[in-house]
Amino acid sequence: MIQALAFYLFATIVIASGVMTIASRNPVHSVLWLILAFFNAAGLMLILGAEFIAMLLVIVYVGAVAVLFLFVVMMLDVDFAQLRAGFAKYLPFGTLLALVLLAEIVFAIAAWNAGGIAVGARAAPVDPNVPNIQALGTVLYTRYLYIFEAAGLVLLVAMIGAIVLTHRKRSDLRPQNVSLQNQRRPKDAVRVVTDQPVGEGVRL
Amino acid sequence: MTEWFQGTLGYGFGWFTATLILILMIALPLMLAVAMIIYADRKIWAAMALRRGPNVVGPFGLLQSFADGLKVMLKETIVPSAANRGLFLIAPILTFTLALIGWAVIPFGPDMVLSDINVGLLYILAVSSLSVYGVVIAGWSSNSKYPFYSALRAAAQMVSYEVSVGFVLIAVILWAGTFNLSGIIEAQRSHVWIINGFGFNPLLFPMSVIFFISALAETARAPFDLTEAESELVAGFQTEYSSMSFALFWLGEYGNVLLMCGLNATLFWGGWLPPIDWAPLYLVPGIFWFFAKIMLFFFFFSWVKATVPRFRYDQLMRLGWKIFLPISLLWVFLVSGYMMLTKEQCPTDRGILAAITTDEQADRYLPSCRSGMPNLSNGQRRAGAAS
Repeated sequence: MIQALAFYLFATIVIASGVMTIASRNPVHSVLWLILAFFNAAGLMLILGAEFIAMLLVIVYVGAVAVLFLFVVMMLDVDFAQLRAGFAKYLPFGTLLALVLLAEIVFAIAAWNAGGIAVGARAAPVDPNVPNIQALGTVLYTRYLYIFEAAGLVLLVAMIGAIVLTHRKRSDLRPQNVSLQNQRRPKDAVRVVTDQPVGEGVRL
Repeated sequence: MTEWFQGTLGYGFGWFTATLILILMIALPLMLAVAMIIYADRKIWAAMALRRGPNVVGPFGLLQSFADGLKVMLKETIVPSAANRGLFLIAPILTFTLALIGWAVIPFGPDMVLSDINVGLLYILAVSSLSVYGVVIAGWSSNSKYPFYSALRAAAQMVSYEVSVGFVLIAVILWAGTFNLSGIIEAQRSHVWIINGFGFNPLLFPMSVIFFISALAETARAPFDLTEAESELVAGFQTEYSSMSFALFWLGEYGNVLLMCGLNATLFWGGWLPPIDWAPLYLVPGIFWFFAKIMLFFFFFSWVKATVPRFRYDQLMRLGWKIFLPISLLWVFLVSGYMMLTKEQCPTDRGILAAITTDEQADRYLPSCRSGMPNLSNGQRRAGAAS
């Protein structure tokens, strides 16, 4: 009973906040509704018994990706009235897209009801008693090791690309060199002036 | 206790009641602890500045925090007219709630933990990554310059230090072999000869220092309190807040500080275990050791606050990205290398071993270690057919 209750609670909030993401006038509100949707999707994962995926969803999407979204949207000066001005122009195309998506969903559900396609034995039958971090680890680091490392390399390439694109040398800055500062000793910086004539400034 | 309630009230309702009582048993003392810790913070800070600190309300000023709380509660809640009203009020509630829910997985003693989940550490990481939203929403919804600057700083700061915290946690998890916090504490029992605690291990000690400093940055405590740098940003994201909504920020902030102290104690210094694995020390209940460690770390927090000047913003970013990130990355490499060289590589977990019964499964999941499997005869060993 409690599972059904939790499922309907999470599912309702996911759908409602998804709708609010589109419907809300303020872009920051949209992002916050999106975050709520992510969070409740994590709740759905928990009900499925995939606690590792649920926590990753919260850490990666809510904790990192959505913060960046929020960051960007907060900084942007989006005039939503202007964006909405094109609403009528894009209405036919948008409707077409919506219809295509709807048809695909209907087909998918029909296919599912018809029994689906037999894809043979599942690749990795896992004992339900093994915690799913261990189960995932044993599969990921043995059977799919090369694919996993390839995925890591793709991310590395993306990261280097992002750094190369945004990195630029600026000549008008004087960056702080901490190790140089730490190497500075009193004898480099202090000078004792003894025979200073009265009425003259110290020569630097 | 849960069993007793389930016996008397029926399974579902009994569980509900017992959990509710357990939550209150954590949350109420926590609130009291926060009040006293604010007092302690001010006293320590005052002592280091050769002042007396709060000494008027109650004996030694002990009731100062309660007087402050009462005062704040009686004030008028002011919502700025240009503010985004709903979000403005949600932000402090969010901060306060997130400071509380992290405690659900912290073990206070042997079997004294509200929810002993096997992704405990990930849960803590998730909660701490959420806590940035309280600050960001507060700063944005105030619709005022200084809170907004503060929110931007907070977002960048917390995201940056989350990265090195993540790597530190990976080193701990590698050594403990589990995400469960009780399991991590058990793994620290007589870790270095008879001393309990990962922090005494020379390989993990640098990680504990990095974790401590990152914890200061995560909670926006003194040398890294750029989010409320009063010389630049008035009071940061709290500028427009008054009355109870301000108090909730205050409580949430100190609740987070206590949680970070508790995590320091749990991850590196043995949690509820006594410092030395010696039988008479176990006569003292574990919860006292845990509280003693939390208090010690809180003293370190206020010590730093009293003595270290505030970082400049670019220095903060430099420390996070150019120093902590490479060091912790290197250390994850070192720790995992050490583990590979010294520890047994094949799983000894009964769950996994029992799940693998056929030759094919063993080749598929554990291609390089067949000797430790009870379910397979040793003669069946073949070259691993990985991938």
